[in-house]
Amino acid sequence: MRNCREITALVSQGMDKKLSFGERLAIGFHVMMCSHCRNFQSQSQFMRKAARRYTGQLQNRPDKKP
Amino acid sequence: MLLSKGTKSTSNQLTEALLAEHRPVLFRYALLQLRDNELADDAVQETLLAAWQTASSFEGKAGLRTWLVGILKHKIADHWRRTVREVVTSDFDSVDNEEGEAGEGDENDFFMSDGHWNSGPTSWNDPEAALNQQEFWAIYEACQNNLPPKMAKVFMLRELVGLETDEVCRETGLSDANYWVTMHRARLRLRECLETRWFNQSKAKKEKRHA
Ligand SMILES: [Zn+2]
Repeated sequence: MRNCREITALVSQGMDKKLSFGERLAIGFHVMMCSHCRNFQSQSQFMRKAARRYTGQLQNRPDKKP
Repeated sequence: MLLSKGTKSTSNQLTEALLAEHRPVLFRYALLQLRDNELADDAVQETLLAAWQTASSFEGKAGLRTWLVGILKHKIADHWRRTVREVVTSDFDSVDNEEGEAGEGDENDFFMSDGHWNSGPTSWNDPEAALNQQEFWAIYEACQNNLPPKMAKVFMLRELVGLETDEVCRETGLSDANYWVTMHRARLRLRECLETRWFNQSKAKKEKRHA
């Protein structure tokens, strides 16, 4: 069984590459029971969204062309 | 190069459309360093123009985007040489030799020796709503800037500029393994910072860890 430390490392990797079936299964099983890691997972996704939004704000200017 | 020097052969490789595809990424890259839309736009414009003019020197080995980013870096460096402001850029390009800033101790701040969370992530109340609040973005920016320079660079290249993982590695000289570790630590830190300074503000659990 992987512990929280290992699971979150996998979650991070999963943000940037496709994990193996076994790895995804391990994550899924773990986060069913572990709210901390579940929070880490959703918050990592949130941070990605925030980062994109942040960049979007930076480049927001009225006269910007596509 | 084997290509005959005429424009025909190079334009087969590098069309304007092909170059234009990379514009958004280049723009974000420039913007992060120049912090100014117009300057960033100019730098990208110059980059694409230079790329177009020197298309024959593109060897295709490193990949088009890597090549373009390389040109862009020069354009940005030129800009900083012209103006004397030294603001944000330094942490982008001159941190390549830092060692140990993301040391072993890093993850131990978050996990106990048995691999369980020290004080694990709590659930956040309506994160989506935060995205619409100006104050949140000040916190976000502060947290992002609080990351150690190299970590911040890796995180920004990936999540803000939007480079692919292997591109970030080339750009930063990180090995594959180091990339995963660095990104993970960046997420752990950023997450905790956001939690402490924004989402759990009321609970205000002061941590001793502070750069
Ligand atoms: Zn867990």
